[in-house]
Amino acid sequence: MSTDVWVLIEHQDGAPKKISLELLGHARVLAAQLGGKAVAWLAGAGVAAMAQTLGAHGADVVVLAEHPLLEPYTTEGYTTALAGALTGAGAPIVLIGSTALGRDLAPRLAARVGAGIVTDCGGLALTDGRLEAMRPMYTRKAIGTVAFTADGVRIAVVLPGVYALPEHEPGRAADVHRATFSLDAGQIRTSVRETKTIERETVPLTEADVIVSGGRGMKAPEHFALLDALARALGAAVGSSRPPVDSGWVPHDYEIGQTGKTVSPQVYIACGISGAPQHLAGMSGSKYIVAINKDPNAPIMQMADLGVVGDVFDIVPKLTEALKRETRKT
Amino acid sequence: MKIVVCVKQVPDTEAPIRIRPDGQGIDETGLNLVMNYYDEHATEAGLRLREQFGGTVTLVAVGPERSREALRTGLAMGADDALLVTDPALSGADHLSTARVLAAAITPLAPDVVICGKLSTDANAGIVGPAVAEFLNLPQATAIAALEMDAAGTVATVHREVEGGIEVLDVPLPAVLTVERSLNEPRYPSLPGIMKAKRKEIGVRSLQDLGLAGETVGGAAASTRLVRLDPPPKRQPGRSVDGEAEEMVAAIVTFLKHEAKVIS
Repeated sequence: MSTDVWVLIEHQDGAPKKISLELLGHARVLAAQLGGKAVAWLAGAGVAAMAQTLGAHGADVVVLAEHPLLEPYTTEGYTTALAGALTGAGAPIVLIGSTALGRDLAPRLAARVGAGIVTDCGGLALTDGRLEAMRPMYTRKAIGTVAFTADGVRIAVVLPGVYALPEHEPGRAADVHRATFSLDAGQIRTSVRETKTIERETVPLTEADVIVSGGRGMKAPEHFALLDALARALGAAVGSSRPPVDSGWVPHDYEIGQTGKTVSPQVYIACGISGAPQHLAGMSGSKYIVAINKDPNAPIMQMADLGVVGDVFDIVPKLTEALKRETRKT
Repeated sequence: MKIVVCVKQVPDTEAPIRIRPDGQGIDETGLNLVMNYYDEHATEAGLRLREQFGGTVTLVAVGPERSREALRTGLAMGADDALLVTDPALSGADHLSTARVLAAAITPLAPDVVICGKLSTDANAGIVGPAVAEFLNLPQATAIAALEMDAAGTVATVHREVEGGIEVLDVPLPAVLTVERSLNEPRYPSLPGIMKAKRKEIGVRSLQDLGLAGETVGGAAASTRLVRLDPPPKRQPGRSVDGEAEEMVAAIVTFLKHEAKVIS
């Protein structure tokens, strides 16, 4: 087993994504405990300039896989390139973000290289030098501790927001190694036609520090405009519980819960959400929960750090106005 | 079109679970077990492709004997036949081993498309689908929210919900697709469908039938192991405010400023 800890770097518009930097920060912590290095695996076309940023955020080594076929992401392109780079790397730990890309890639990579894999990790720990992962199971009705028991590559797919962003150390530089792998067009059978941007999403839900979320109590699709305004005042993302999706008020990509997204923001503001177990499964990992609900006995009010007994249509607009006078921390 | 749908039986998510005293799993006594929620969407996707192109929908499950019930649900929805791989040696198998067994069961069926749920609601892992794709050496598209097949049934154009957008992907068949719940609305089994499903023979295979050895795919070969299950951490009870809207707004602003510290 290698003592190194690798991180798959996801990037957009020439910058690493937040989740990748979070994982890089933790890779450095784990690598220090194991006596190895934090290694950032960076793939794409024309991405070399990012190596500096990765060094400044904790990477000791950047393994650079530059190839025109690695832009945009495809399952088979990334699997082939990363599996190639891992050959001869001595079976390290590999941290991958639990994102659309990570969840698509990690199981395929694990099957390709014969790795142990644990997904949806909400925490990692070394017990007697062995990696263990904590993860929600049974729709978050239980937390499982899962141990990696084999000596091969160990892949942990980690939820966003679990680890803090590492400090930026501008002077810190990583060694850059060119990855060795072979890739030809015939190995990539799928083709990306386009990625349509969803305009409303200024901050993706899974990356947002603050989430404003609406439930059945919002009563009609047009009322989500109140949440949009509150989110703008707070620099937040907007989500929903399941009933607004099932009623066709908002599209499925809003949904937080068992059949939607899992989020763990600093603050979750639940507006007109009762707190059915299926919703709690996706948001009970939030650091702070504020609930605004007419019913003081709603389940969400029992678990909220601040339960506000009131009418969302009265409180949300007034809160939005009040927040316009405040400054958002970033 | 030859369509294969992978199915898992799981505890009903509406019901509470009881963690076993030894923490090594859950107590299944009296537990209502159902077809995995996302597999209903996968079955529906398969049935719709059959409606469009003709052919057959075959359900495949790997699990204990009781998994037959989940297969019956899919048959009652309209699937043509079902196959269960069951073997005592599979106890404790990890997700990759399950995928290897599924792939071995699926290979002789020579499908045009294999459809799986994006994850199972018990383990919440999402590993099996892409791993099956790798073991079958097929292209994959995961967590698809829309599916359109070309007229010849040779290329699937799918939508995937990615952070901040929708990825539109062309996937040549044969392929493995895993499905998101927004893909479709699963049909309810009809009464004639239920009656018909009861009479259908479910094929059963052991590891030996598939030419697999327990040491290579069973619990003994697992590369991860559940150490224990714990109840989720209890959140500290918070406080509630009631009164005039202005007071409550002030309480929220104070909370965001001094406790959550997201505004200054």
